Amino acid sequence: MISLNVNQKTYQVDVDPNMPLLWVIRDIIGLTGTKYGCGVAQCGACTVHLNGEAVRSCVTKVSRAGGQKIVTIEGLSENNDHPAQLAWQQIDVPQCGYCHSGQLMSAAVLLRENPNPTDEDIDEAMSGNICRCGTYLRIRKAIHIAAEIQKTKNNTGQIKNAVSRVEI
Amino acid sequence: MIQVSRRRFIKNAGGAGIALWLGINVRGTTIITTNIVESGNFTPYILVESGGGITIFNTKPEMGQGTFQSIPAIIAEEFEVSLEQVSIKNTNGEKPFGNRQRAGGSSSIRTNYTDLRKVGASAKEVFIKAASARWQVEAYDCYAENGKVIHKPTDRTFAYGELVADASKLELPKEPKLKDPKDFKILGKMAKRPDVPLKTNGSVQFGIDVQVPGMLYATVARSPVIGGTMKSFDASEAMKIPGVEKVVPVERIMGRYHSVGVAVIANSYWTALKARKTLKIEWDNKGYENFNTEEYEKHLHELSNEEGLIDKNIGSVDSLNLPLANTIEAFYETPMVAHHTLEPMNCVAQVRGDQVEIWTSTQVPSSITGNGENDVHKYIGFTPDNIKLHSTFIGGGLGRRLNVDYVIEAVGIAKNVSQPVKVVWSREDTTELGPYRPMTFSQLKGGFSEEGKLISFQHKVISPSFQEAMTPGFDIKKVDGTMVEGIGEQAYEIPNLKTSYVRADFHVPVAAWRSVTSSTLAFCHECFIDELAHKANKDPMNFRLELLSKPSDLKRVLLKTRDFSRWDDPLPKNRGRGMAQWEFFAGLCAQVVEVTVQPDHSIKVDKVFAVIDLGEVVNPDNVKNQVEGAVVMALGAAIKPGITIKDGKCMQHNFYDSPLIRIHEVPEVEVLILAEGGKVKGVGEPGLPAFAPALANAIFAVTGNRIRKMPFDLKKV
Repeated sequence: MISLNVNQKTYQVDVDPNMPLLWVIRDIIGLTGTKYGCGVAQCGACTVHLNGEAVRSCVTKVSRAGGQKIVTIEGLSENNDHPAQLAWQQIDVPQCGYCHSGQLMSAAVLLRENPNPTDEDIDEAMSGNICRCGTYLRIRKAIHIAAEIQKTKNNTGQIKNAVSRVEI
Repeated sequence: MIQVSRRRFIKNAGGAGIALWLGINVRGTTIITTNIVESGNFTPYILVESGGGITIFNTKPEMGQGTFQSIPAIIAEEFEVSLEQVSIKNTNGEKPFGNRQRAGGSSSIRTNYTDLRKVGASAKEVFIKAASARWQVEAYDCYAENGKVIHKPTDRTFAYGELVADASKLELPKEPKLKDPKDFKILGKMAKRPDVPLKTNGSVQFGIDVQVPGMLYATVARSPVIGGTMKSFDASEAMKIPGVEKVVPVERIMGRYHSVGVAVIANSYWTALKARKTLKIEWDNKGYENFNTEEYEKHLHELSNEEGLIDKNIGSVDSLNLPLANTIEAFYETPMVAHHTLEPMNCVAQVRGDQVEIWTSTQVPSSITGNGENDVHKYIGFTPDNIKLHSTFIGGGLGRRLNVDYVIEAVGIAKNVSQPVKVVWSREDTTELGPYRPMTFSQLKGGFSEEGKLISFQHKVISPSFQEAMTPGFDIKKVDGTMVEGIGEQAYEIPNLKTSYVRADFHVPVAAWRSVTSSTLAFCHECFIDELAHKANKDPMNFRLELLSKPSDLKRVLLKTRDFSRWDDPLPKNRGRGMAQWEFFAGLCAQVVEVTVQPDHSIKVDKVFAVIDLGEVVNPDNVKNQVEGAVVMALGAAIKPGITIKDGKCMQHNFYDSPLIRIHEVPEVEVLILAEGGKVKGVGEPGLPAFAPALANAIFAVTGNRIRKMPFDLKKV
């Protein structure tokens, strides 16, 4: 039995300790927002937060995650309103949408660590996430918008008002 | 939620009065319309319930191209409902929804635009008529807005839901009046796509996310030598692993390709993958273990000496006898590439006796259920009435999911157990087994008159054939039109034109890849036009415009492109620009690419100007998103390694050796949408073909190096 804390809920899972966290999250716990894309940490579709850090769950053994704090896309915010999620919605970033759980999880860590990322900062932080639809220009733009939303949110707590004020 | 029996539809529509279906071609009920489509099934698009609910059905699977919004938007515009007040439901290949529940060829809007408007407009008129009868007033004093009919003089209103019983007794008007486009509230505006919020919190369900109670998982070992098939296998080690349920042979069928692999069925995907590694399998590789693409490409070069099959022959190319100094020739090469949809192939299937239930991401729901335009369902092995499909959102189609090999295979596996089974292809499976976009080679010749006018043009394509691959029994003595796509139909006025095709035998599965053969032929064709312009000492833009004396969509697009890209403004010495256009079945787009030579002599792609001609536009922001994405996909196919085969095996396995474009490699893209009426054109594909030739032409402009082979390395040109 391995005890996992996912999105502030505790799960006891009886699995091979070598099973990648990705498959435990998807197939055992049943949270399917985290995606399988490559299985070898090349595409970033499986990105989750492990103790606040973005990790590729497809190459993270479940035994390594035992007792740690895991956040998946389903737990990024309660109401689909993390600044990055709001920014993504504001400029309709996704096309097929398959990679965007991972994109958002990577972007959320970037925004926390660097509240004012430049284009270069964004490219560096996001280059591990592939988007086959090619929505990269919008991802970059949305992260800048999210940075603005985050500032306003921190200052006033009024997210919704911030959205309408952001120039796109 | 959706009734699949036609009888049930009619009962709802005519009898009970609880719900009203409105659509194309209703027969045998009190609602009759034959004005929109003269033949075929009743295709309902709107459901209005007396409780007030309004549903619009989307028959075109959503794979990122935007049909989940665009199909309902066209209907909603004329029906006078907002997209916020309707529920949108994707259809699942059910018979009543017709045989065109498929997404491909950028066809969803361009082939349905007017029909869908008529559906919405007819429905609106019926509700106005029903309301005016209830009020005993003139219909022309009533109008509809936000799902309600309003009597203008008295401001009385009826919601559509309140009029269901009355409306169901009326006939749909044969020629509904369509709105004046200047009154559009939805079409042509920047409306938010309704699927986006589902895609930012992980709640959207792709095929791979489907969970059915009691579900098992499966992975399939297939011959690493493409074309090989299973001879025998030993699963004794696999069966010792706890959680492994069964190991069974299973057939994969795609067009003319048939092969047998070995499926491991287990209680988790991880267990199945582990067990797969222990299988001992003897393959019959049928001599394909000696196949190499390097050798094959030499063979394609040799085949270029053959005359081939004539596609188009206008004027007298062969008897012009132009002096050698007035002619040029070039040979172009393009690689095989993989689709690399980010969602790997997958399918859930459950067999219960003579019934099968399928959950999957597919571009062709009505083909799977046997209600489509082909008969691939026969390989699923169930009669259409016994196939139930759940068609999910798609994590990338790109043409790969026009094929149903992975569905046939999953059903074949599910036949061995009573539980539902989820079959997932690994990234390696998805990369190594095809289908691929085939390589195309092109031999091009051009000739000028003594006055310097381009009077002769030849384009011969040498390649494997899509139709031979996908249509068993295809007559190879005929030209496969998909392999010469567009090259005989460019608007350039050249008096002597010959296009031809040399077929090359190929055992590797090939399939349409976003923008099909235009994704390679435009590169060859439009780079050669650039070569001809330089031979004639003319500016590439002017050279093309001089070949377009008559009014045409292309001429209009190029004139706009010249202005939009500021083509005539000078650039600094280390920068260059190139252009290309492509008009083909899916649509028309012209692009100008600007590049910089870096201090280390590598090329940086700075900026792309794209002008896409649509006729009509539903959501301009989505069109921009599509063109931006098309540029990225085209850039990848131009500069990243393609698929190669050695000793019969695919040499690429995953994104580390078959890389895709990443965020730091993307140029700035500016898109101009032309929606000026006329022929309605597609969105999903047209942004691709013109990019690679425009880039290669830009590199020539600044370096003098002519690129005739894709892929090319931006560090070494």
